[in-house]
Amino acid sequence: MDPAFMDSRLEAILARVRQGARLTRQDGILLYETPDLLGTGMIADTVRRARHGNIAYYVYNQHLNYTNICKNRCAFCAYAKDRQESGAYAWTLAQIEQHLMARIDEPVDELHIVGGLNESLGFDYYLDLLKTVKRIRPHAVIKAFTCVEIDYLSRVSGLGLDQTILRLREAGLEMMPGGGAEILNTRIHDALFPKKIDHARWIQIVKAVHRSGIRTNATMLYGHIETTEERVDHLITLREIQDETGGFSAFIPLAFHSQNTRLSHLPPTTAVEDLKAVAVARLMLDNFDHIKAYWVMIGEPLAQVALSFGADDLDGTIIEERITHTAGARSARGLTRDQMAAMIRSAGFDPVQRDSFYNPRN
Amino acid sequence: MTPLSDIIDKVRQNQRMDAKEAGILLAEADLLTLGSLAHSRRFFLHPDPVVTYVIDRNINYTNTCVSGCRFCAFFRPPGHGDGYVISFEDLAGKIQETLDLGGTQILLQGGMNPDLDLDFYETMLRFIKQRFDIHIHGFSPPEIHFMAQKFGLPVADVIARLQAAGLDSIPGGGAEILCDEIRARVSPDKCTADAWLDVMRRAHQAGMRSSATMMFGHLEQAHHVIAHLEKIRQLQDETGGFTAFIPWTFQPANTRIQVEKKTAVTYLRVLALSRLFLDNVPNIQASWVTQGDKIAQTALFFGANDMGSTMIEENVVAAAGVEFMLPLAELKRLIAKAGFTPCQRNCFYTLL
Repeated sequence: MDPAFMDSRLEAILARVRQGARLTRQDGILLYETPDLLGTGMIADTVRRARHGNIAYYVYNQHLNYTNICKNRCAFCAYAKDRQESGAYAWTLAQIEQHLMARIDEPVDELHIVGGLNESLGFDYYLDLLKTVKRIRPHAVIKAFTCVEIDYLSRVSGLGLDQTILRLREAGLEMMPGGGAEILNTRIHDALFPKKIDHARWIQIVKAVHRSGIRTNATMLYGHIETTEERVDHLITLREIQDETGGFSAFIPLAFHSQNTRLSHLPPTTAVEDLKAVAVARLMLDNFDHIKAYWVMIGEPLAQVALSFGADDLDGTIIEERITHTAGARSARGLTRDQMAAMIRSAGFDPVQRDSFYNPRN
Repeated sequence: MTPLSDIIDKVRQNQRMDAKEAGILLAEADLLTLGSLAHSRRFFLHPDPVVTYVIDRNINYTNTCVSGCRFCAFFRPPGHGDGYVISFEDLAGKIQETLDLGGTQILLQGGMNPDLDLDFYETMLRFIKQRFDIHIHGFSPPEIHFMAQKFGLPVADVIARLQAAGLDSIPGGGAEILCDEIRARVSPDKCTADAWLDVMRRAHQAGMRSSATMMFGHLEQAHHVIAHLEKIRQLQDETGGFTAFIPWTFQPANTRIQVEKKTAVTYLRVLALSRLFLDNVPNIQASWVTQGDKIAQTALFFGANDMGSTMIEENVVAAAGVEFMLPLAELKRLIAKAGFTPCQRNCFYTLL
């Protein structure tokens, strides 16, 4: 049955989506700005069902944040600390091992490992970190380091970008998360994270990583100072990279949490923005397989609803989420497999536990 | 044509559906289909993109209760050391604060406390009305039914006495699920479904308006939810006295019913069905207290046209481990961010 749109402009977009035509920048802006939330969701759901039917994925994963010491100190971050600040930490390899051993009886399929740019950690630390994880968890996929960390490591190692990626790969790196992209735009970069790599470098690195055969995710941090146009341009930039490399696995919109950051005056994102972020991404990113509703950021209830707005993946069980909770997230720290599956079933979808590459487990 | 698409067509033409059709719609329609049907109906009934809210305070005059409902984490049995009856001094303080915050009404509810006589209720109402210009939305049907039994008076007489003492309207609480087979399992000592409906009928006949609620997600099945809606619709056809319907999900923490909490999607589906089935109830309220700010905002696209109360104070849901806070400014921001104009209303849904 054809959806009934409140905003008739969506009819033309649905028709184009059905023909397999690519949506334009204007379309993206319209989709963000239309008050017809459910109409936008219904078009996104059409695309989502064509790709994934009634399936919704989740992964059994564990997060490891090996250090919170970071020289970048981005304005939107509540997690980073300076070396001398109280609460600053960098895990030794023995501590990494402890964190892994604490959950060794659990069937963890993926380790999500990211940290700050800590100048006291040398390249060997990173190689040893990967090897340690691989030794203790030989069957789990290591999804580690954003492009920001890769840039940093390429400088610390003195090996250049391609050699650095190669060495990390040899040590056990199999996939990379999508963080550090924020909004790929000079204005936002200069205003919020001037010390972090800019969009040109992020793109250069992600392309090099994809060329090396490592797949990555891509993210967008929204809900701070960015405009609708900047969001759409960000999506188009990712779409163009994907056309070239095909190396992106999932796109994950990240709702900005302002508490304990230098932007704490900004209010939280609301559900309408969160659902739009998912739906518009599904429609603009026609060459991405997976759109994640990241429950840590938007809460479990809304993530469940987002499965009907274009999302096909709820990310993972996640043990010990730290970064977003430091910025005031009210979601749980982790969910069990049963909770994930029940959430998906109750939304009317069929849960599939996946590995990092979206192969079903069992 | 499948039965489902026939029903969807019927709904789109604003025709009344029966219980069987409601069952099919709830079981088979996908989330966004249900939502968009409910959202269209909402605009059919309320063409302006306005979402209303009321500034009020829940005042629980006593937590002592003989009912002992299994879903309740708030009550204390008679004789329990933590039992209380509010002092009139505290009551006055709470009401003054409410007025100072721009409030227009109080929601005055309490347990079925065997130590209170009818004079207590009448005196309390008069005390409030003599001192304050505030709307009293008070005493849910189980409380009124309890008073009628305890004082040996017909329900209509109790209502008349309370009304004469200052009661303005009746909240729709205590409805839970209006099916006795479920009530027998979750609230065996509370009034029957018919008794609940009878209190509302007599209140409406006395010229008082009321809301209606439904607490679901405990031991009921989908057909009980639909039976509940049907009873509300039937009485509304008869009296027209309901201003609003408020469905909300059972919060299991700290209670004696151990079930998984119903999810956001289930809530939104039932909310949308309520809007569609209750074609004679003008207002459908989102429950931010049980659903949180994100799903309450989402509910504005699933049939709700009202955000309920700012709830300067809320105790009952909080006792079951749920503490969503929503300051007035944030409530208005949520409404505006969803593309609606926030408007303060009174108990009769008149815009202020």
